Amino acid sequence: MQVTMTVNGTEYTREIEGRMLLVHFLRDVLALTGTHWGCDTSNCGVCVVWMDGEPVKSCTVLAAMAGGHEVRTVEGLANGAELDPIQEGFRQCHGLQCGFCTPGMLMTCRALLDKNPDPTEGEIREAISGQICRCTGYSSIIRSVRWAAVHEAAAVATEEAVQA
Amino acid sequence: MQVPAPFEYERATSVDQAIGLLERLGSSARLVAGGHSLLPMMKLRLANFEYLIDINDLHAELGYIRLSDDEVRIGAMTRHRELLESDVLAGVFPIFRDAEKVIADPIVRNRGTLGGSLCQADPSEDLSAVCTTLDASCVIRGPGGSERVVTMEEFHVGPYETAVADNEILTEVRIPRKTFRVGSAYAKVERRAGDWAVVSAGAAVWLDQGRIVDARVGLAAVGPNTTGIPEISAALRGHEPDESLFELAGAIAARSCEPVTDTRGSADYKRHLADELTRRTLRKAVERARS
Repeated sequence: MQVTMTVNGTEYTREIEGRMLLVHFLRDVLALTGTHWGCDTSNCGVCVVWMDGEPVKSCTVLAAMAGGHEVRTVEGLANGAELDPIQEGFRQCHGLQCGFCTPGMLMTCRALLDKNPDPTEGEIREAISGQICRCTGYSSIIRSVRWAAVHEAAAVATEEAVQA
Repeated sequence: MQVPAPFEYERATSVDQAIGLLERLGSSARLVAGGHSLLPMMKLRLANFEYLIDINDLHAELGYIRLSDDEVRIGAMTRHRELLESDVLAGVFPIFRDAEKVIADPIVRNRGTLGGSLCQADPSEDLSAVCTTLDASCVIRGPGGSERVVTMEEFHVGPYETAVADNEILTEVRIPRKTFRVGSAYAKVERRAGDWAVVSAGAAVWLDQGRIVDARVGLAAVGPNTTGIPEISAALRGHEPDESLFELAGAIAARSCEPVTDTRGSADYKRHLADELTRRTLRKAVERARS
């Protein structure tokens, strides 16, 4: 069957099997290997991408289901060489060690900040509760998200001051 | 790599068109909504279909929570996140928010649906226990626009088996409202966040002049399907709620259920949980009904 979807702003049309999972479509067909593939059972969360602005576990979504929808992956976070604040936060606060969970964590945490620009530690823990990190013990991930929240708020304040 | 066996993918554009497809394809086809129960089962070859009919485009038609004086109607495509975030629903039946907080995780809740959860008919499934507790009924639509309404007891025929025929679709869940003060609550014991229940319990209590006019308890993971326990309702009706009454209800729950020993716990432990969680949820439901 044929599927057409938009991934990180670019429209792709490909011939696929109906049973192909979105994670394999992204990695094997589009060669966007930033999205990782982990437990295969929607438990670990390394495969989280956005579909129409909402985080989903792409190992449990058919590529065909994403047809006609907008997908955003970790490759779509940075603006050229400029990292998204959530990526910068992970870099500044050591939000990763091995990096395997990081793409999924970044996509979930970006979605959280878009909805809730000033999340508490509890809200961050709840948001990433469907994802597993075996390195950090989560504390540095939480610091990374807070770093991004604080710096985004500061950037908005500066912009408003300049405009005033 | 775990991938389902090959199947043909079809996408439904309306409820009636989906029923038309089901009529044509028969038992070789299955509807898929969020897919977070069905796709894992297909990966493990516990389920196998020649056709999958994707009904996610029916969210516009079947994704809603409508409140009237005598009932709440919830469309089958309403997603877990929508049930969790609905203040209207939490205002009338806070048991939904209690349960949704402990169903899977926020990302899975973005996809999973009420109808999919009920049709999965897993004995440990939380929304089935909620709907059993609230004496919900299920609206099933078939060919030619025909509709039938069944109780939760009739809906769940056995584990992983429902009353929905091959050419039918669950469209709506209806929850009756009564003119009395009502409180409801849900509690679950799980091995880790977002897991299936070791045991969970829901309770709903309706009060008039401080006395219980009706009370219902629904248990998950302690029998072939989620179970309502009529004996508890009978024991509570007409009484003023107090701790001894909750203890009685807990004792009835423990002896009325049929848990089995498995990796999640021993049968004895599950009976203990059925007792304790029945007491906890009844206590909370009464507290909410009074406030």
